[in-house]
Formats: sequence, structure tokens, C-alpha cells
Amino acid sequence: MHRALQSKPDSIYPRVKRRTMVSNGSNRGEKVPSLKLTVVQYGILLMMLALAGGLWRLQVLGAQNYRALAEQNRIRKEPIMAPRGKLFDREKRLIVDNYPSVSCFLVREQSHSVEADLPLIARGLNLDLDQLRATIHRYRSSPGYQPIPIKEDITADEQAFIAAHRNELPELETIDEERRLYPRDGFAAHLIGYVGEVSEDDLNNPRFAYYEPGDVVGKAGVEETYDALLRGTDGSRDVIVDSHGREVGYLRTQHAIPGQDLYLTIDNDIQRAAEEALGDREGAVVVMNPKNGEILAMVSHPAYDPNEFAVKINRADWNKLITDPEHPLMNRAIQAQLAPGSTFKILMSLAGLQEGVAQNMHVFCAGGATFYGHFYACDRHHGMVDIEHAIPWSCDTYFYTLANRLGIDTIARYAHSVGLGEKTGIDLPNEATGTVPSTEWKLKNFHEKWFAGETISVGIGQGAVTVTPIQLARYISGIASDGHFVRPHVVDPSQLPKNFRESLLDQFPGSGDATIPLDPDTWMIITNGMAGATDPTMGGTAAASHLDGVDFAGKTGTAQVASHEALEHMGHGVDTRPNGWFVGVIPRRNPEFVVCVLWQHGDWGSNAARLAAQVATVYVNKQRRLEGNVLEKADGSKPASALGSGPVEMGAVWSESRPFNRSEDAEFHGGHFFIDPGPSDARPAEKNLAGILAASAAGSLAGAVPALPAWLPASSLRFRRSPLRPAHFLKDTH
Amino acid sequence: MRRFLSFRDFDWWLVLLLLAMCCVSLVEVRSTTVHTRFAAFESRQIFWFSAGFVLMFAFSKVDYHRILDWAPWAYGFGLISLAAIFTPLGHNALGGRRWIKLGPILFQPSELVKLVLVMVVARYFANLGGRNLTWKEILKALLLVGIPMALVSKQPDMGTTLTYFPILAAGLFLGGINLRQALILTLCGVALAVGVVSSGKMHSYQKGRLTSFMNPDADPRGSGYQVRQSLIAVGDGGIWGKGTEKGTQTQGYFLPIPYTDFIFAAFSEEHGFVGAVSVLLLYFFILMRLIQNAQTASDLSGSLIIMGIVAVLTFQIAVNVGMVIGFMPVTGIPLPLMSYGGSSVLFTFLALGVAMNVRMRRFVN
Repeated sequence: MHRALQSKPDSIYPRVKRRTMVSNGSNRGEKVPSLKLTVVQYGILLMMLALAGGLWRLQVLGAQNYRALAEQNRIRKEPIMAPRGKLFDREKRLIVDNYPSVSCFLVREQSHSVEADLPLIARGLNLDLDQLRATIHRYRSSPGYQPIPIKEDITADEQAFIAAHRNELPELETIDEERRLYPRDGFAAHLIGYVGEVSEDDLNNPRFAYYEPGDVVGKAGVEETYDALLRGTDGSRDVIVDSHGREVGYLRTQHAIPGQDLYLTIDNDIQRAAEEALGDREGAVVVMNPKNGEILAMVSHPAYDPNEFAVKINRADWNKLITDPEHPLMNRAIQAQLAPGSTFKILMSLAGLQEGVAQNMHVFCAGGATFYGHFYACDRHHGMVDIEHAIPWSCDTYFYTLANRLGIDTIARYAHSVGLGEKTGIDLPNEATGTVPSTEWKLKNFHEKWFAGETISVGIGQGAVTVTPIQLARYISGIASDGHFVRPHVVDPSQLPKNFRESLLDQFPGSGDATIPLDPDTWMIITNGMAGATDPTMGGTAAASHLDGVDFAGKTGTAQVASHEALEHMGHGVDTRPNGWFVGVIPRRNPEFVVCVLWQHGDWGSNAARLAAQVATVYVNKQRRLEGNVLEKADGSKPASALGSGPVEMGAVWSESRPFNRSEDAEFHGGHFFIDPGPSDARPAEKNLAGILAASAAGSLAGAVPALPAWLPASSLRFRRSPLRPAHFLKDTH
Repeated sequence: MRRFLSFRDFDWWLVLLLLAMCCVSLVEVRSTTVHTRFAAFESRQIFWFSAGFVLMFAFSKVDYHRILDWAPWAYGFGLISLAAIFTPLGHNALGGRRWIKLGPILFQPSELVKLVLVMVVARYFANLGGRNLTWKEILKALLLVGIPMALVSKQPDMGTTLTYFPILAAGLFLGGINLRQALILTLCGVALAVGVVSSGKMHSYQKGRLTSFMNPDADPRGSGYQVRQSLIAVGDGGIWGKGTEKGTQTQGYFLPIPYTDFIFAAFSEEHGFVGAVSVLLLYFFILMRLIQNAQTASDLSGSLIIMGIVAVLTFQIAVNVGMVIGFMPVTGIPLPLMSYGGSSVLFTFLALGVAMNVRMRRFVN
């Protein structure tokens, strides 16, 4: 039998064979011995007894002990919010701060239902009951240990309510966090940006891979670009709570790592001046240091109040912001794409001179000229014009002719090389590109041939050309700096971690830092032409921006927002006044200051020039003040060899009445003193100065003025009878 | 000639005991999930139980001898599907590569292989006829079980790997191994286990589980957390328990995954010593009933099948309850008939279907 089975092991149970097996009944002996089964039964019984014994040990003998453990053993994780990094200006003055705030959460760990408590909670926290129910409903599928945020930034009264109802409403929890406090009135709002709760769409974006729902993230401006540095790392604390929800201790605390403070390149004084200059006008102002690309001021108007976003913005306010026809959320300084008008003529001059066309080109302007059968107007009869006069006079006829000679593709090549129609790579999100038309561009976008007639209006920055204010600032300052173009930025990169700095360059591609060799003639002619524009004696278009004693060179632009034909058909509802532009540098060559003003519907570029002059004045005065601050120079680490390390000789002039009063009868005094700046601290020196000033009063200025030292800080004082003239504060004006 | 199988032939006692266990399971699954985002898991558990009963009755209709005929094919298929996990068909989840994804269907071969192994081992030892075993035959049996064990432990799924072991042990014990052979094998097994533990080839979480089993208070917030919370939950229950939905350990989320692996801890907290021992008694009755069925089986293969199933169930109960009360390290083996989860419930009912099948044909000869 066994042998038979073993020989055919795979067919052991075919039905026929089994029947024979069954019929002879010979498999009785093949049963499992019942002794072994009994052994198994006893084994299982033993195992069950062992398990029951274990249960007895825990549940009967150890019940008291374990019940006590269960009572105290209720640990809950509480987040500790990391304070967000603060923002300072370049002189370490605070711009964006945090303030402590309390938010209320609903914790679902308690086993009792919260539904019955909701009306009381809604009343105590001044919430809408239906809205509260909806909030809780939204979180029904999230894990139970995740608290539901029900109200942010609660008031002291509401905190008192929660504290008073600790026993009835154990599910209410509060969390201390820090909230953003932005400057009021939208000061630098577009540049700073704002923060908000990360949206569900954002979470699907790989950029937000490390964020969790409910996290606060930067949503615009510096807050967005530098979010990874500013946000820090949240910590947590394991809180032991007893069975009534009272905290009885902490088990482990993981401290929050605060976000990194950032120093912006913004100068609060210049920013303030730019805000004030632009006022309520629609437009933008950009101020930059052309040597290194540091943005000193960036204003866009109309603005918004970022504080409205710091606590959750309500839907109505948000809708108002995004449907406003004036687009207050748009940062015009980097996002407004508009026709540059005559500011484009600098590019035309560059292209004309570099190509060797403009040097010898003389055009007779008779109030316009005819090209390809159309008459193109100039705003006056300039007569015979060469390149030296075409820039300050902004003669359209000259540049029509130049554009016609160069052709669109040459213009486009130069425009792209200086970064027009390209992002600048500024470290702010969503920079606009602008447009520089070319034959290729037209073919690609309109599937049409370029008509030579279209080149004519491009020559004066009209037609399809659009640029952003930041592009204008970068391109003018690059040309004035002998072809050294810079990448604008608002945060000093030296304070950033190396890998972050590198990823910034990838994240914000653009024309960036570049050097384009210029002919010395090109450079001289263009910069002199821009200087002429602000010179009243030259009859320049930017005479309004002339500043006495300051080498302020620039170019205006008056860009029509619609063609003449369209203007006639337009209704009265649309503002059709042209946009005013001005870009100016100080000094004309190798500048250290560039300002670009866009005044939308400002009618004339000269109006924008006047605003720019206001900003430039503040800048110049500030520089003079710093230049003249001998105490500051003598003090500090750098050895002031010229002044010596001993006491500093100080001169001062002052008047009995207000020092800035220009009235003739103000009585001026002058004198000079020796002041010890002290080894490290300037404060005692200041006190010292005040004391000396009070004690001594040398003769009046009206009399013979003693030989004042050359470094006298007379810059910000203006008086007529004084033989002193404000010394030019810049050394390299050539 | 085939005897007509009447309604009467079902093991109604077993069905009754199973129904009682299902009720206990449903009450506890509901209690542990009702305030969480897993609310309404008990209705899904009802679905699994219903499907299980249907499968059980369906499986009891097919003669187990015919199932044994299929067993080699099923074994081959099982091995292929275990190997297929390591191809792109495999699907990762919960820290292991244990699933095969065919379109929308996720399928865990290691659960199916468990039942296939019971059948194959039963068939192998039935063929040997219950006489004394030679070393060659023992080695063959070791290979038969060892290959799928190796494949599953690669996934890695230590819990399921270990549940294959009692199938082999039961087969060897009942198939006729003698005392000397058993001792030698045990020694070899112990040496192997010590070798694996000391070789450092274990995953870090497996090591953590072992050390926290040896000393649960060493790291109360780390790997010892689960063991410690489970002990507190059981002890907190006392004699009578804290009542359904009233266990603070269970409802306060201190107990890890209280509806699957630690469901017995949750039950012990809420129903106390009395409830926990009642459940153990229910299990004991079910196992005793199965062994009785094994005794009355018409042939050796039938008994071996049932005893294989008994071995698997006993092992799972011992390891799971042992883990909950701190006798065993944490392994992630679900408690049969109580833990929430489709594959575990379906395997158990399939296995019981085969066991019932054997009982219904006890008078065949």
C-alpha cells in the first residue's frame, strides 16, 4: 500500500483509487494518533492558562498601579511656533516685526462630543455658529489628534472666556504664536509682500513639499522669495495632561528654531522719500545703486495693507483687492509692462553709436517727417539735429530716422543685450518680461511679416515695445556705468547660506550681471546727452529735475497709452492721458544712484522727472550728511589718519531761529571746537558736543568768517549771505 | 457513491462560536474607531465577516480531497506570486513590499500561501502515511515550507513568516517525527535564531522591538512606547473594565492602532479581566471543537489539514495576546476573528471552511 502510494505521489487521490481505498477500509491505521491530539489539546489549554495568568497579573494584581499610570499618562503634543525672521533696512532699522498673538483651537481627543458645546463656544468667541460647524465639518476626515483652528488672533476678552470655561469646555485650547506686523499705510508693501496660510493648491506644488496644512507661508515679495530662511523650524512640546485635560507637566520639549532675520538693501529714508514723491499717483518708483544692484527703494501705487493678510483676510476684502481695476496687488516696479516712450531713445542712441551710424547723422526736424507714405510727428520744430542734441531735446524726427536706418532686428539685438524684454533676475517673485519686437517675434506670435513702417514708432519707444521700470533702471545705469550691468536685488546676498544663494540664481533667471564693452565715444555722448536733458540752459526735456550743484543726468519719456486714432474713438470713461517716465542717474558717469519713475497717466515725462528730483534730493542730502559726519568718520574701526586719532576739530553753524528758515533776518552763528570722539562709544561725544555748544558761541557769520576747515558739514544748511557753497559731495564726476 | 450532504452536517456549534466572536469583534472595532476618522469601520468589518461566512459555506461544499489535488498547483502559483512581488508588479505599503497590484486590485499573496501551505503540508505527510520519518523526508518538508518563508521574510514581513512555522511544526509532530529528531531540529532552530539575531542583519525596527520586549521601560517614548501603552491599557481595565467607548488609553490615542494589532488590549481595557478571559474561553472552545473535528476526520489528510489550521490559529492567538500583555515582542500579527482587516478575516474563514469540509465528510467511509 505504502509503496503503491509512494510510486505515484501525484495521483494519490484520483477518485477511482480513493474508492478502492475506502472500500477496503485499510486507512484506519493512518489516522493521527489521538494521544498526540490530546497532547495538543493540553498544550493549548496550558497556553490559554498562561495568557489568562498574564491577564490576572495585569488586571487584578496590577490594576491599581496601571490605573494610576493611565491617569497621568496622557501625553499630548503641542506645537511651539517658530517666530518668523524680522526684516530690517540697510541701516538695521526695523521694517517688519512680529507681535505675540493667541489662537484658539478645538481639540478632539476628549471622548465626549463637542456638538452640544458649539453654541456656547460660538457665543464666547464671537463666531458665527454655522461657520463654526462648517469649519469642524471640514476637518472630520483628518486625524483626531490634529487640532482644529477655530479663531486666530483672539482678543483678551475671548481669552478670558476660554480660561473661565476650562472645565465645561476642555476641548478649547490656545496656542501662543507670533504674527507679522507690517509698516502701516502700505509702506514698501509690494517689496515686502505678505504671509498667509498655505492653500491646498500650493500644497500640490513641489515648491511647498515641506509644508503642512495650516502652515503660514510668504505669499509675495521678500516674504515669498526668502520664506525658507524666514520661517524657521517649529518645535513641539509633549504635554502631560491628566484625565480632566489639565496640564500637569512637560515630557520633552523640542525648541523652535527662529527664522533668520534679513537685512534688506532698502534705505528707509529713500523709500520714505519715494513713497512721498509718488503720493497718491498711480505708478512706481525704483531707486538702485548701479554699482552693485542694491535696490534702495521700490514703490508701487496703489498699494494695499499687508496687515490685513496677517490675520486671515475675509473674502469680501480679498475680492475687492483682486477685482480692483487699479490692481493694487500688482508690483508695478517689476510687473508693469508699458511702452517706454522716449526713455527708449537711450537704447536707440546706443545702437546707433555702436553701429557707427549716429555719429555722422544729421537730421532736419521740421516738426516731423514722412516715412513709407505716413507722416510721423515730432512735438516741435527742432531744425538741424545731431546726436548730441537729439538726446536732451528728445527729437522724435531724429530717432525715427535712426530707427529706419538701423532696422528692427538691430534694435532688438541691442535691446535684448542690455536686458530690455528680459527679466532682470531680481529676487522678487513673478517679474514680468516685457516685449521687444523683431521680425522673428512677429512671425512667431502673429504669423505675419514685419513691416518696415512699424520700425519707425519703435524708434521712440512706442508700438509693440513694453518694458518694466526695473528694466529701465538697470539698462540706463548699465550704460552710464560704461557697460557694467548688474542684477538688481533687495536682500544682501552675503547674509544668505551658500546653497540658498545659488538656488536663488536658478530660481530667478534673468539678464543678471553682465558687461558689454562700449566705445568711449558712445559712453561720453549718451551720458552728456542725459546730463543735457536735465540742464535748463540746454533746453532739455527734464529741466524740471535740475538740481543745483548735483550732476543729475536722465531721460524723460512720455508714452501714449493708445494710438491717435484709437484716442478719438474712446469714450470719456477711460484715462487716455499718456504715461510719464523718467530715469535719472547721479552722477552722469559711473553713477552711484539711479532712479526710475513711472507715473501712469502723468501726462508728461517732465512731471515724472520732478518726482524723481524729489527722491534724488533726499538721497543727495543724506549722502552729504554722511560725508560730513566727521565724528562718525573719526570713530570706529578704520583709522582716520588724516584726522588723527586724537580730538577732532569740529566746525558748526547754527541760527537762533529754525535752521532751515530761509528768511533773511535769521541770525547765524558759527564756531569751531575740539571734540574727543572716544574710543568706541559715540554717545558721550554727542553729549560732549552739546555741552560745548551751549557753552561757546563764537562770532556771527555776518562778520568775518574764520577760516573754516574744508570738511565743514555745511551741506544741509542753506543761507544766502554765506560765502560758503555746498561742496560737491562726489569725487568722481568725470 | 456520494453521500448526500445535508444542512445538518454543518458544524453548527462552530458557526455559533464564530458568530459570538464576530459580535465581540464588531463591538470593539466600533468602540475604537467611532471617534476617529476611521469611523464606520465596523460596517466594513460586517461586510468582511459576511463575505467570510459565504466563502466558508462555499468552500465546505467542495470535497477537500479535490482541494488537496489542486494543492501542488496552488503551491506553484503561490511561489510565483510571492516572487512576482519583487518585479514591478509589486506594491509597497506600510513599510513592506507585500502586495501585488493588478489593475485596481491589491492582493497579498502571503495570506493565500498560508492556506496553501496547510494543504500542501497535510498532503505531504498524509502521503507518508504517519509512520516514522527519515531525515530525507524531514528535509523535504523543511524545504517545502522554507522556500515560501524565505520569500516572505524578504518582503520583509516577519509576522507572516513566523506564522508559516507552526504549520511545519504541526505537520512534523503529527506526521511521525520521533523525539530524537525533534530535539535535534529544535537545537538547530535555536542556533539559527541566535545566529540571525546576533548577525545584525535585522532591520532596526525589529531590533528595537526585541530590546523593548526585554526591557519596556528603557525608552518609554521610543520603541518601548507601544508595549508600555498596551500594558497600561490592559492593566487599567481591572476586573470589570471601564466600559465600551470609555477606555482612556484606547479613546485617548495612547494605544497604537487599537482596531487591528492591539484590539485585544483595547478590549481588555474596556471589558476588564472578565471580558478578556471570556474571549480566551471562546477561542479555547473554537480550537477544541476543531481538534475534535480532526479526531473524527475520515482519514489522515483531513486530520492534518485541521491540525494545520489549529496550529496557525493557536500561534496567532498566542503571539498576539502574548504581545499585548508583554509576554512576546511586537510582531504585527493580527488577532484572528477580532482584528479589523479584510485579508486576515477572509483567510481565517477560508481555513475554517476547509475544516468544516473535513468534518462534513467524516462518515464517508
